[in-house]
Amino acid sequence: MSELAVQVDRLTKRFGDFTAVDGISFEVRPGEVVGYLGPNGSGKTTTIRMLLGLLRPTAGRAEVLGFDVERQAEAIRPLVGYMSQKFALYDELTMAENLEFYAGIYGVPKGERRGRQQAVMDLVGLNGLGDARAGQMSGGWRQRLALAIALVHRPQLLFLDEPTSGVDPVARRIFWNTIDKLADDGATVFVSTHYMDEAEYCGRLGIMNGGRLLALDTPAALKRDTLPGPTWNLIVDRLIPALDALESLPGVFQVGLRGDHLHAITLAGEHSQHTLQSSLEGMGFSVEVESTDPTLEDVFMALAGDKAPSLD
Amino acid sequence: MALLEAIGLTKRFGSLVAVDDVSLVVQPGEAYGLVGPDGAGKTTVMRLLVGALSLDAGSVAILGQDLARHPEQARSSVGYLPQRFSLYHDLTVGENLAFFGSVRGIDRKTLTGRAAELLAFVGLTGFENRLAGVLSGGMKQKLGLACALVHRPSLLLLDEPTSGVDPITRQDFWQLIIRLLGDGAGVVVSTPYMDEAIRCSILGFMAAGRILTTGAPRSLLAPLAGRVLELRAEPRALAHQLCQADPDVEDVAQFGELLHLRLRGAAVFSGLQDGQATQLRLSSALAAGGVQVLGLRAIAPSLEDVFIATLQATALEARHE
Ligand SMILES: Nc1ncnc2c1ncn2[C@@H]1O[C@H](COP(=O)(O)OP(=O)(O)OP(=O)(O)O)[C@@H](O)[C@H]1O
Ligand SMILES: [Mg+2]
Repeated sequence: MSELAVQVDRLTKRFGDFTAVDGISFEVRPGEVVGYLGPNGSGKTTTIRMLLGLLRPTAGRAEVLGFDVERQAEAIRPLVGYMSQKFALYDELTMAENLEFYAGIYGVPKGERRGRQQAVMDLVGLNGLGDARAGQMSGGWRQRLALAIALVHRPQLLFLDEPTSGVDPVARRIFWNTIDKLADDGATVFVSTHYMDEAEYCGRLGIMNGGRLLALDTPAALKRDTLPGPTWNLIVDRLIPALDALESLPGVFQVGLRGDHLHAITLAGEHSQHTLQSSLEGMGFSVEVESTDPTLEDVFMALAGDKAPSLD
Repeated sequence: MALLEAIGLTKRFGSLVAVDDVSLVVQPGEAYGLVGPDGAGKTTVMRLLVGALSLDAGSVAILGQDLARHPEQARSSVGYLPQRFSLYHDLTVGENLAFFGSVRGIDRKTLTGRAAELLAFVGLTGFENRLAGVLSGGMKQKLGLACALVHRPSLLLLDEPTSGVDPITRQDFWQLIIRLLGDGAGVVVSTPYMDEAIRCSILGFMAAGRILTTGAPRSLLAPLAGRVLELRAEPRALAHQLCQADPDVEDVAQFGELLHLRLRGAAVFSGLQDGQATQLRLSSALAAGGVQVLGLRAIAPSLEDVFIATLQATALEARHE
């Protein structure tokens, strides 16, 4: 019925009296790359599992590729690729055998399997490693194999749950270039991640907290609309004491580590480079303050951090 | 006395040399960061340091205690968080912590107070009675960390402790690490996050079982100063191709919409100030080749640039050997 890749309407999941997903609604259009962010336990995996028909919603409904997730789950699964957070590989099998096994499960026709398997191994940079036993591969290599498996049946819609967790920085970038290619070819991608640099690659981002979807927008719009004020880098000699000192300054919304220096969000109109500099110097720190552009990490902290407006 | 002194660690699996003559020393207050590509051998080093694997050569001393000869004493001051931490899925959060505490010989009374403190620190207060098996991925990781800290170890071995951990908890986690370092603890940590690596006192870049370079983050970044350019250009594929072929460009990498170029050392230091001349020349060469340059500027090198440059240099050497 719908032209949408994913349509979610007041979807809810309760475990006993605990609400893991709390009445979320959103849409994903074909060809979009949508990132799904949120603190640990905020309901991302639970959402994805409901969309795949692996978990029954307590209330609300969802359609994936026009099929109802509760009544038509069997129709959805062959059309989508799913990479789960802790993907179960068969440790005793080789990389190639694992892929072969899943190609079979996903119903890739026998005659096409060999070529298809080769193609996805190439795509994720695993060519030549087919004979290695999966159990002996490091975390990052296992992740790549899991992605290859999710792609082997040419799905038009991909659900990737923290696909790059534990993957090295170069491999992560290659991974995202791959996602880029898939999206260029028309695939729709729904991907959760805790890496804010990866979130930048997404067309739109959903931000979950406590089971609720707090925002869903482009990275640029989120950076423009969700912060309470300007952001600053502070290069300072004693990190933790300076962090504690800054946190106690009026008009300072949030302070954190950023690389080897500190980063702060202040409330609109409350601080300038000069006031921050002189306040800290007054407390005996030697510090250099720079105004910065907001980042998605700032957005995340502002929406889901401990200073974020309470949900109730 | 050094907290950790590991000399010449070597480990073979059949014909594969997984760890090849690796040495590292950690003093109180220091964090040693192990970074490197997937499969470099970081986890194997961690497992050798904690004695979970036996050494083929080399030695490990923790607070002066030799790990091979006095494993009990050496290990008593170590907290280890493996990459794939095994919790008891049929025990609750609180029971898991109690279990790991009792293994470490902590009495029940001490444990009760400490458990509350640790759970608050990792953000799991209120989840004491939930079964570990139904925690979210990141929550399991946090519980693992709490278990590794339960006996207040002075040396922490953390194997990708923040993989799968959300940015807020990552903040809290590192703030705690820095506080522990301030109290004189020492840490060996592996991480795929370059913004975490830069906080370490010393970094070791590992690949193929060896430590390729080691040093303070600042000193590792220094050789790349002025040599990394950010290019925004259309069409990107053509720009990529032209840059790759340029004699002054050592490497091109795609970062989403942007290209990062690494200039050869000579292109910067023998030219006019700060490689300005090279930038101008590159700009016009690209334009002449049919590329529209929307922006080209020098940016501060990141550890990721160091990471890539180190790997490429080693690959080249290997080819010339
Ligand atoms: N079967 C279950 N029974 C009880 N609680 C559950 C069950 N499955 C999940 N939960 C709870 O639901 C909440 C949401 O979990 P979910 O796995 O969706 O989080 P997440 O956003 O994916 O987190 P992470 O970033 O750590 O992967 C958590 O508090 C989790 O413990
Ligand atoms: Mg999850």
